[in-house]
Amino acid sequence: MEQEMVLKNENSLFSSLKQMLLKLTPSIKKDGIIKSLKNTGITFLSILLFIGLWQMGSKALYNKEADYRIEKALTERGEEAAVAERVCIESGDSSCQPNTLPSPSQVWASLKSLVADHQVIRADKAAFAEKMAVTNEKMISQGKDPIVYTGRASFVDIVLTSIKTVFAGFLLAMFIAVPIGIIIGLSPSLRSAFNWFIQIFKPVSPVVWYLLVFMIVKTLYIGDSSDNAFVISFISVGLCAMWATLVNTAMGVASVDKDYINVAKVLKLGTFQKVFKVILPSSLPLIFTGLRITLSVAWMVLIAIELLAQSQGLGLFVWEEFQNGANDSNSKIIVAMFVIGIIGFLLDRLMLAVQNMVSFNKNEMA
Amino acid sequence: MAYLELNNIYKTYGEGENSTEVLSNINLTMEEGEFVAIVGFTGSGKTTLVNLINGLLQPTSGEVLFKGVPVTDTSHERGVIFQNYSLLPWLTVGQNVYMAVKEAFPKESKKVLMERVKEYVGMVNLSPAINKRPKELSGGMRQRVAVARALAMNPEMIIMDEPLGALDALTRGNLQDEILNIWSQDKRTALLITNDVDEGIYMADRIIPLKPGPNATLGPEFKIDIERPRDKTAMNDNPEYKKTRNAIIEYLMDIGDERKTISEVEYKLPELTPKSFVA
Repeated sequence: MEQEMVLKNENSLFSSLKQMLLKLTPSIKKDGIIKSLKNTGITFLSILLFIGLWQMGSKALYNKEADYRIEKALTERGEEAAVAERVCIESGDSSCQPNTLPSPSQVWASLKSLVADHQVIRADKAAFAEKMAVTNEKMISQGKDPIVYTGRASFVDIVLTSIKTVFAGFLLAMFIAVPIGIIIGLSPSLRSAFNWFIQIFKPVSPVVWYLLVFMIVKTLYIGDSSDNAFVISFISVGLCAMWATLVNTAMGVASVDKDYINVAKVLKLGTFQKVFKVILPSSLPLIFTGLRITLSVAWMVLIAIELLAQSQGLGLFVWEEFQNGANDSNSKIIVAMFVIGIIGFLLDRLMLAVQNMVSFNKNEMA
Repeated sequence: MAYLELNNIYKTYGEGENSTEVLSNINLTMEEGEFVAIVGFTGSGKTTLVNLINGLLQPTSGEVLFKGVPVTDTSHERGVIFQNYSLLPWLTVGQNVYMAVKEAFPKESKKVLMERVKEYVGMVNLSPAINKRPKELSGGMRQRVAVARALAMNPEMIIMDEPLGALDALTRGNLQDEILNIWSQDKRTALLITNDVDEGIYMADRIIPLKPGPNATLGPEFKIDIERPRDKTAMNDNPEYKKTRNAIIEYLMDIGDERKTISEVEYKLPELTPKSFVA
């Protein structure tokens, strides 16, 4: 609902720009301009209000912690220490800053520093590649593995790892859930055979899925020193997220319009033809609704699972920053929060676009 | 041996106490090349009867014989035009027809099949809409696609289940003529189920009313002895037409009244006198 509204507002932002261009030329749609300007204005106002409230909240929390520190210095170490503490806090020195909810400007600064950090690491990587080019060529010609850059990952790398993991998990979920869903949907007896399985495993928490996958993958990778965090996390994500697709596919296949089944019977379509030409196309809208839910669930559980699996993604980033407790750690966490939210929103839009492209009755769905 | 024979057909839905007998004691014979119409009220079990003949349903007792062989499954020999078009909405007009043609002639090459699709889509005057989806078409156009799909399979017998029920009067008249044209070209056997007596008289050789269900059964048949091709406007003054029409409508009205009297239940009202608050 909220996302829908945001999209609407984005559209209106775009259309208001167009309207403004039109305004330079003689225009007759004056009502339209006023309406879209109003919508854009409301969006801007609400953003400003949000940032204002955030600023006020963080300021209040900052003051509370600062007062407490000064008070503590006064009671424990005396007058002098309290004055020194106050001066230290007011000077903005990083050694004595209250560690609380960061203000919007701190978060903005952190974002800039993360981007700058990414540039540095990228330059570093390029330099490394250049330096090692000749050596690596030699190594390859001798049949050895080339030396790869093993420095720390930048924020952009981390985001990309998360997106990669979520897509791998999503594909896994799709390849498991859609075929099984079709088979279950086609056969009522298989449906009742599978029902207990779905009902019991659907509500299991992501953390438990992670532990289960860990048990299995750890044994499969035994004696192999390579990093299996990615494998564990994407399998866990897939297993957590596949249930919506499984249930929706089975429901879609089981509830195909009886008229279409009659057509298939009258035309005497074979089983294969019936499934692929009639049943599947007619259940596509429901399958895609399931896939859309799966993708958003996958993105939600990803953060928790990356944290547990120590996979170099956003989940681990957030947790490490929290453990780190540096001055700008809290604001980096907030940056990650916004990035997670925005990517989740974009993924949902992407699925909606694909769904609309594939479904035959898009007008009826809307 | 009759072309199509229905012997003592009973059809019951449900089991035990909840069962309802939809059709009872249906007997019908049709000869090859004949055009028979069955008229009846809505909800009288017409669609059930159609599905028994085309093989989608099996009778509870009795047998359906098609060319002397019991009907146990659907067959390409009997083409069906459904009441609600039943086009696949994700396929275009051409693809809908192509799907049927491909099943009916599995050995033909794609080119021959495409020619056939074009021919039949052209026959129902939909060539310009061949690449459109059913959603973009009007009700009449959709039903024409359904007609093309059924006929393109080259069935020996066409079964039509209220094919024009959902259309407006003008479109209906046009499509009646189109169906008759196609039928007269190679004199297929045709069974039309309808709730419109005029449509039945205009199109069929024989009209058989279906007494409404539950326990629906066929009434006495009415022969239509009007020369083909029939002219709709001239028909209105034809004494034969008037006679048959009145006879059928009278018959249907009678069974309609009968049905009403059966369902009439007397309710005993309590004797009440308004209470007076004044005295």
